[in-house]
Amino acid sequence: MINKVVPDAQTAVSDIVNGMTLMFGGFGLCGIPENCIAALVEKGIKELTCISNNAGVDDFGLGLMLKQRQLKKMIASYVGENAEFERQLLSGELEVDLIPQGTLATRCLAAGYGMPAIFTPAGVGTEIAEGKEMRNFNGKEYLMEMAFDADFALVKAWKGDTAGNLIYKATARNFNHVMAMAGKITIAEVEHLVPAGELDPDHIHTPGVYVQRIFEGKDYEKRIEQRTVRSR
Amino acid sequence: MLDKNGIAKRIAKEIKDGFYVNLGIGIPTLVANYIPQELNVVLQSENGLLGMGPFPYEGEEDPDLINAGKQTITTLNGSAFFDSAMSFGMIRAQKIDLTILGAMEVSENGDIANWKIPGKLVKGMGGAMDLVASAKNIIVAMQHINKAGESKILPQCTLPLTGVACVKKIVTELAVLDVVPEGGFKLIERAPGVSVEEIKAATAGKLIVEGDIPEMEI
Repeated sequence: MINKVVPDAQTAVSDIVNGMTLMFGGFGLCGIPENCIAALVEKGIKELTCISNNAGVDDFGLGLMLKQRQLKKMIASYVGENAEFERQLLSGELEVDLIPQGTLATRCLAAGYGMPAIFTPAGVGTEIAEGKEMRNFNGKEYLMEMAFDADFALVKAWKGDTAGNLIYKATARNFNHVMAMAGKITIAEVEHLVPAGELDPDHIHTPGVYVQRIFEGKDYEKRIEQRTVRSR
Repeated sequence: MLDKNGIAKRIAKEIKDGFYVNLGIGIPTLVANYIPQELNVVLQSENGLLGMGPFPYEGEEDPDLINAGKQTITTLNGSAFFDSAMSFGMIRAQKIDLTILGAMEVSENGDIANWKIPGKLVKGMGGAMDLVASAKNIIVAMQHINKAGESKILPQCTLPLTGVACVKKIVTELAVLDVVPEGGFKLIERAPGVSVEEIKAATAGKLIVEGDIPEMEI
């Protein structure tokens, strides 16, 4: 059995250096790799290109790395929750590539499936199509979008085993599964790490072949962005 | 004239039994409150859920269970979770029957702009570009005029586009409009107490008025 367990986030990210391209799983603050982000903030490396659906909020998630000016470029689909992001973008300090959410997810999928590119109708006729190759299939126009090429993917799962198999909880699966598949090296932090054999193979979402390092995270805050409730 | 809930209530009448529906953020989210209980409708949330239920009771919020607006929600009997790629896979493959979303501008040929005001506001398109490029049927929920008093229903959009020739129907505080294939906004219904003249004055794009225009029943 290949053992993929590392002791903690610091060890897991120890060879991530300035200028690398990193993917971060999560949707908003749901399912983000909190421990890895904290370790990268502590490490203080810079000039990073980050691929993530969102940019966190001002004081949590990727917002912590933004505040420290660790990012050179951000590839995301929606950044409305982060005022510092919007400021750095409008002032030109941060290079930003806003892309459709489905395109973002499917470019991850392509990387994990070993396909160089995808065709999608999202963005045809808009400014994001400028300079991109177009193809017509059955009378409809499609944009060609390239698979992502990321040095590391940092993802968060609910449960994982020592062989790197992952199971997510509820909507925290979001980008974590596709990004786990897409990274050249994938680091998974999990809430519960168990010995190989304890997870039912029928229940695995991401097979361990896609995961190179795994550790049990600690002190999860799991912040809620919009706490909405109904009365009893 | 309708308030936001009135717009949502009117749009809910477009939802048919057996529909899978994606609701955008803002007024579209309110539509869920007005879907008649006798209809079997499944709401999709593009962050990875089919079968979105109501907000949780206080104390039962789960940070791992949110909708695309990042609000805490619940599941229902028959709900399913999936990853983001599959979520947009089912959108692209037209498994979702109806998309309801907001807009900053809509043009006569059904173009929509709702993601960017250059130099001022850049939040990103989220899933909107994917949804409008693939949806079988798109209804826009919006205010007829913006805060500066200018019409948002235009001959051509002035803001960066989200999608081209995709909007089929618009419901505003004043009216229900169909975007017709030959171009233009066909007036279908008036909001309670609103005259055709008022709608004409608030519509910068080509408004098509044929015969008597009924008042909405909501």
